[in-house]
Amino acid sequence: MEIRADVLLIVLGAALVTIVPRVAPLVLLSRIDLPRWLKVWLGYVPVAVLGALLAGEIFVSRGQLVPLASNAALLAILPAIAITARYGSIIGAVLAGVAAMAMLRALGA
Amino acid sequence: MTPDPAPAFASGARAGLPVVLGYLSIGFAAGVVQHAAGLSVAEVMLMSLVLYAGSAQFVAASMIAAASLPLAVIATVFFVNLRHLLLSAALAPHFARIPAWKNALIGAQLTDETFVVALNQLQRSSVGQGISPAWMAGLNLSAYAAWAVANLAGALAGGLVGHTRALGFDFALPAMFAALLVLQFAAQASRLRALAVTLVAGALSVGIALALPGNWNIIVATVAGASLGAALELWKSGQTSS
Repeated sequence: MEIRADVLLIVLGAALVTIVPRVAPLVLLSRIDLPRWLKVWLGYVPVAVLGALLAGEIFVSRGQLVPLASNAALLAILPAIAITARYGSIIGAVLAGVAAMAMLRALGA
Repeated sequence: MTPDPAPAFASGARAGLPVVLGYLSIGFAAGVVQHAAGLSVAEVMLMSLVLYAGSAQFVAASMIAAASLPLAVIATVFFVNLRHLLLSAALAPHFARIPAWKNALIGAQLTDETFVVALNQLQRSSVGQGISPAWMAGLNLSAYAAWAVANLAGALAGGLVGHTRALGFDFALPAMFAALLVLQFAAQASRLRALAVTLVAGALSVGIALALPGNWNIIVATVAGASLGAALELWKSGQTSS
């Protein structure tokens, strides 16, 4: 039940930078109209950050590149992608990915 | 002078029922995933109650597990949550005549899902009538409570299973990223551009992670990837309109 000091620092800092864009336009009352380039740019942030995170999780382990030939994560991610594309279910994707990884490890991958 | 806020609060909470049901299931998975990434139950609840942002909680959990610099995590969360600027700006004209502190409370609990419900209600309510702060409080607090309860239940359930690597639980977070990415593709105007952004952000992320310590790879790859997507879209629309 412990909270690490660096985790506390991260959560407080992250909460601060999260609440400002949530609150500022509503409080400033004026009809803020963001410039078009910023709206377009913000629309690509989710795809970019998820691509960056996913690639990092799959191809990097402890600062080292995971070789393609022995990359279990690259195989286990495929059922997760297929389940989401077919059924749109996040929980289904997580279960499929976890089960695939457990099977690969049982097989010694 | 002001009407009784209780009925409006209850009405907002009722309107939030779809969000509550969604948060109960996604929040449970989020609790399991964050716990599997190495966060304690208390840390999951700290994130849930203080940060209250699903995608940012996953990002933070993943980066904390990779022993990232706190500043790199905070900077990445900033960009992930910057989209709230759009949602808050879209609601602002409808809440222009209430005290600033009420605006602040409404904004503090703004999420993608509650925004959609509020916008739907605004479009359905008769012109000029709008929705009241009490209605928004009902919506926001029911969603917030559902998220916290579900995160707690997920983290506790994850604790029962334990951090067993053999069960593949450490893979819950990457699987969730993949699912969210696929769902993002469905929402994009151009899947080709989305694919280009994904590949460039992914390649940069891996390259920088191998070259530099501290997990600055996520933030740099995100800014570069989003800039590429925006540049491609603006260039394309400039071509067609001229």
